[in-house]
Amino acid sequence: MSELCRPNDVALTRETTLADGRRGFSGVISAVSVQDDASHALDPEELERRLLEIGFVEGAKVKILHEGFLGRDPIVVSLDDTRVALRRREARAVMVRPDQA
Amino acid sequence: MVTAQTATPLAEDAGVQPIRIALVGNPNCGKTAMFNALTGSRQKVANYAGVTVERKEGRLTTQDGHTAIVLDLPGTYSLRARSPDEVVTRDAVLGRLEGETTPDVIVCVADATNLRLVLRLALELKAVGRPVVLALNMIDIAERQGRDIDVEGLASDLGVPVLTTVATRRRGVEALASAAIAAASAHATAPSSITGWTEPSAAELRRLHTTAERIFKKRVREARRPDTMTGRIDDVLLHPVAGIAILLIVLFAMFQAVFVVAKPFMDLITAAVTALSAGVAMVLPDGLLKSLICDGVIAGVGSVLVFLPQIMILFLFIILLEDVGYMARAAFLLDRVMGFAGLHGRAFIPLLSSFACAIPGVMSARVIDNRRDRLTTIMAAPLMTCSARIAVYTLIISAFIPDKRVLGVVNLQGLVFFSLYAAGMIGALLVAWVMRRLIWRSASEPFLMELPAYKRPELVVVLRSVAQRGQIFLTRAGTTILFMMVLIWFVCQLPGPPPGATEPAINYSFAGMIGRAVEPLLAPIGFSWQMSVALIPGLAAREVAIGALGAIYAVSGGESGGHPLLAANLAHHWSMASALAFLAWYVFAPQCASTLAVVKRETGSWIWPTIMFAYMFALAYTAAFVVYRIAVSLGMG
Repeated sequence: MSELCRPNDVALTRETTLADGRRGFSGVISAVSVQDDASHALDPEELERRLLEIGFVEGAKVKILHEGFLGRDPIVVSLDDTRVALRRREARAVMVRPDQA
Repeated sequence: MVTAQTATPLAEDAGVQPIRIALVGNPNCGKTAMFNALTGSRQKVANYAGVTVERKEGRLTTQDGHTAIVLDLPGTYSLRARSPDEVVTRDAVLGRLEGETTPDVIVCVADATNLRLVLRLALELKAVGRPVVLALNMIDIAERQGRDIDVEGLASDLGVPVLTTVATRRRGVEALASAAIAAASAHATAPSSITGWTEPSAAELRRLHTTAERIFKKRVREARRPDTMTGRIDDVLLHPVAGIAILLIVLFAMFQAVFVVAKPFMDLITAAVTALSAGVAMVLPDGLLKSLICDGVIAGVGSVLVFLPQIMILFLFIILLEDVGYMARAAFLLDRVMGFAGLHGRAFIPLLSSFACAIPGVMSARVIDNRRDRLTTIMAAPLMTCSARIAVYTLIISAFIPDKRVLGVVNLQGLVFFSLYAAGMIGALLVAWVMRRLIWRSASEPFLMELPAYKRPELVVVLRSVAQRGQIFLTRAGTTILFMMVLIWFVCQLPGPPPGATEPAINYSFAGMIGRAVEPLLAPIGFSWQMSVALIPGLAAREVAIGALGAIYAVSGGESGGHPLLAANLAHHWSMASALAFLAWYVFAPQCASTLAVVKRETGSWIWPTIMFAYMFALAYTAAFVVYRIAVSLGMG
């Protein structure tokens, strides 16, 4: 995914991770990829598969509906027709192209 | 050792093997309702051989006389297995489970309002090579939302028969059964197991999803009137302030029900058991046999039965909240709090259940996927103050703590009672924290959970599930506890007192000997030998210690409950410091043999109950020691 993050690529730098969104943030998922940074209990491939299985797939529409009381974590997002709760730590793996304001 | 019922297929007529149908689907797709609609009351709940996952099987007969065996499998998003439940789903579908036959046909149950993910699952199931039938369940809700589904197009794209159903109203269920039987009959005989299946990689999942998404876009129209109710309810129930307040009210109501509503039923059971015991006592001649039957068997069964009302009410709440869709929200709200202790949001269900009794608490830890998270929860669960401790707390508090007000408003007895509860809760979170942060330093499991749409509870489904819980509790825990009770009865009764004995009989028994033997160990925490002896029968169930204290201090009547006479006796014999140490001991002590037995069953080894016993003993000893020494230094010795 590294080539997607070139800072000089204007169209793509607007991408942000789902973890950085606040309540009301919405967009389309552009990539699902887990960085191997040892903060997860699962290996990156396994977490990626779990995210895919529950519907975090490229092209899915996502919107942050609710935030937890403490530290705004975990979050509830709408994901196409479903609602999913997840922690921001896992949401870091989900890249989102925000909707036009 | 008592083992769980293992899976045995329903009795077959000799000769023809009936067709075997496996129900697979996402969580919350109405699969249990479908199972009930297909099989009616002809269900059997047991355990899979060797694992603690429930096996639900039932028999169906179609109008034209065909019969089939239906197997209800745990909800899943994929055939990939992540939790013990999902291992069972995968292995049952693939025919890899020992003693299980490969299903002839897989019925994939789908929530018609939420088809995206299940279409991918259906494709995955199809790749297994068994015939698949897709049931679009809750089609009435999809129709109400104006979500047009091209059923025939879906069937041709997927290459499997597709039927529409409303399981809760039994609509389309008969047709589904016939279609499943037809699909199975058309296919050659089932292989003994399927070897061609491999776990899909992330790339394969994406490919399957792309195919599913293409089919979805082609055959399913966006809802014209999408469900807005769930969103509006969530705005309140997931609100950072209102949501937490409502959660606390719900939990409070649950507690009230567990303790207040259950009380008359518990009294009724106690009265019935006492009457039965008295009746049997009149028939049998005095002696060991009478004691074994009355004090061992009947009292043992009674001590299990008496918790049944609480457990049923607790599970009624849990299953009802699960069925309407609230449980996932509660886990969301509590995830951060649980996360502080390194626990998963879902751990609150087992911990909450443990307020009634640690046994259903330990059993319900199965909702947690990750093994380490599950073990952590199981290890912490027995520290939550179970209702059996209440009897002991009540007795000691009424004997020693003056019934007066502190600061003008707070009742001192109530305050002590609350402190004991709080100590248990803090202890549980602390133990979880130590296990998760210090012993297993790995980061915790991801919290990733679908929040289902709210729906009206299906009372029949809920009540049937509650009844099944009750039955499971009675058979699983009942057999173990009965065994322990009889064992402890032996220890407390044998050998009998010598002729001309002056002391109570228990003092001459093995229990008495053990109590005296451990007295030097317990003396530093302020326990007299009588207290030590009482702890032995208390191993059967915590409140039994009261009866034992009654026997030791030769107070008539061994039943639990209000004991003004026993309380007065204790107040006379024990120092305040000893009494407080006894309370502190009871908060943490590994007092319940049944819990240890259930932990052994749920974890599959004696290692975990051994660790549990050791750490709880250490905690209890330390707490009692500290409390006793402080109290003595304050002049309460």
